Amino acid sequence: MEIFGVPIQAFLGQLLLGLVNGSFYAMLSLGLAVIFGLLNIINFSHGALYMMGAYVAFLALDLLGLGFWWSLALAPLIVGGFGIIIERLLMRWIYKLDHLYGLLLTFGLALIIEGVYRYFFGVSGQPYPVPDALRGATDLGFMILPNYRAFVVLASLIVCLGTWYVIERTRLGAYLRAGTENPQLVQAFGVNVPLMVTLTFGFGVALAAIGGVLAAPVIQINPLMGSNIIIVVFAVVVIGGMGSILGSILTGLGLGVIEGLAKVYYAEASSTVVFVIMAIVLMVRPAGLFGKEK
Amino acid sequence: MTTAVEFLRITDLHAFYGESHILHGVDLSVNRGEVVTLLGRNGAGRTTTLKSILGLVGHRSGSIMINGREAIGLPPHKIAHLGIGYCPEERGIFSSLSCEENLLLPPVVASTGLSVDEIYDMFPNLKERRMSQGTRLSGGEQQMLAVARILRTGAQLLLLDEISEGLAPVIVQALGRTIRMLREKGYTIVMVEQNFRFAAPLADRFYVMEHGRIVEAFSAGEMRSKMGMLHEFLGI
Ligand SMILES: Nc1ncnc2c1ncn2[C@@H]1O[C@H](COP(=O)(O)OP(=O)(O)OP(=O)(O)O)[C@@H](O)[C@H]1O
Ligand SMILES: [Mg+2]
Repeated sequence: MEIFGVPIQAFLGQLLLGLVNGSFYAMLSLGLAVIFGLLNIINFSHGALYMMGAYVAFLALDLLGLGFWWSLALAPLIVGGFGIIIERLLMRWIYKLDHLYGLLLTFGLALIIEGVYRYFFGVSGQPYPVPDALRGATDLGFMILPNYRAFVVLASLIVCLGTWYVIERTRLGAYLRAGTENPQLVQAFGVNVPLMVTLTFGFGVALAAIGGVLAAPVIQINPLMGSNIIIVVFAVVVIGGMGSILGSILTGLGLGVIEGLAKVYYAEASSTVVFVIMAIVLMVRPAGLFGKEK
Repeated sequence: MTTAVEFLRITDLHAFYGESHILHGVDLSVNRGEVVTLLGRNGAGRTTTLKSILGLVGHRSGSIMINGREAIGLPPHKIAHLGIGYCPEERGIFSSLSCEENLLLPPVVASTGLSVDEIYDMFPNLKERRMSQGTRLSGGEQQMLAVARILRTGAQLLLLDEISEGLAPVIVQALGRTIRMLREKGYTIVMVEQNFRFAAPLADRFYVMEHGRIVEAFSAGEMRSKMGMLHEFLGI
């Protein structure tokens, strides 16, 4: 069987690959959106923090013999903790200034973090094994489903939808949404907004770290992996529109799939299709697909 | 009347937004259970006085005693927990929250607050519209919501900034009834009002502000003899 001249197995394989990439886009752009909402900072260091997550997995295995599942729990704590320190020490001072300062600060931070990792690890990639429980593939009849890839998509969906649920449906989320609109008033009501800001940044960073760990077995871990993905993620954020939680999840997954399908039908376009879409969306809806016009 | 217990005392309060010096030594005090109104022309510094109590200005100095505790050095989120509820001039209804989420947003600061059911009995409109987006409510409903949500928290001192502004007469009357009822329940209220006719029958005492200072203070009983002065200061 074929779909538009492509064997269904290849089609579905690319679709899954697209979903896997889309999962990373979704998790990263979700973190960016949450951080931007409350902190008003476009976090350019997000890719570097994602890379740090992957290196936590690599080092935990290499130095301590701790496997994937350990890393999945440890990386968000360690990298999130690092994020909290950064927020307390550096970001705190620039909230009242123009976006541009936050962008420059976090961009500088990304360069420093990457520089340090390059110094210690060089630029060549490090392989990371797929966890034992998720090796191999499942034959679904119509396609062979690689277990780990299916797991990545599922895990990221759970993380993203869990985040969406907390933000849109719980009391804590109501504080967060209200704090995004009018932090002064929320603080005047008695909510410790500075603490909420710190924890929110830590949480957004933790999402990036989880993304890094999930990516470790499917890519080569290297200090530049963050820079490579973050440009696409920023395009995703622009397309989806800053500040919409569900928007960033859907756009991330959707663009991953579109990229995957572009590989099947017109491979030359696969690395540019996202940016073409970005240009079109910017012309038609400058605030993004899910963004609110200001 | 039992002897008056001071709930709020402000002494020599100076407040700044960045470089601009807005309040120049404000002194005022409010007793438990009193309704006090701050009058003054636009830009006199009444909103700034309320914001200073909550720590929402750039810098402030002097003394703000709330319920026997000095608040001048506290961050805003701690000040609220001294038992203050704030209804800002611009109402501050959140558009990303439903009406009910807006109502439930302010954390409880004391166990004496009204229950959600009591609040819905008081403001049936809010119950009807509880699933609507906060900013889809009418101006009057939003004002009700802004007042209602601080009644849930148990705050005993309510700071209300121009709650009658821009509302239809029936709504203003309803708000007047609400204030009267709150006074009967023993709330302490500081109201900023432009609308003297709304405030006059509700307040026990009045302060008049001008250029960041208190220039007059009088009680409801003295109102008649002060009309000339009010006319001069406020153009009433
Ligand atoms: N955020 C701010 N930054 C700088 N100056 C401000 C700020 N807010 C208010 N002011 C100035 O402080 C002064 C007092 O303003 P305030 O809002 O307290 O007046 P008000 O008595 O509430 O009057 P009204 O609400 O009727 O305009 C005004 O001169 C105003 O221009
Ligand atoms: Mg005012």
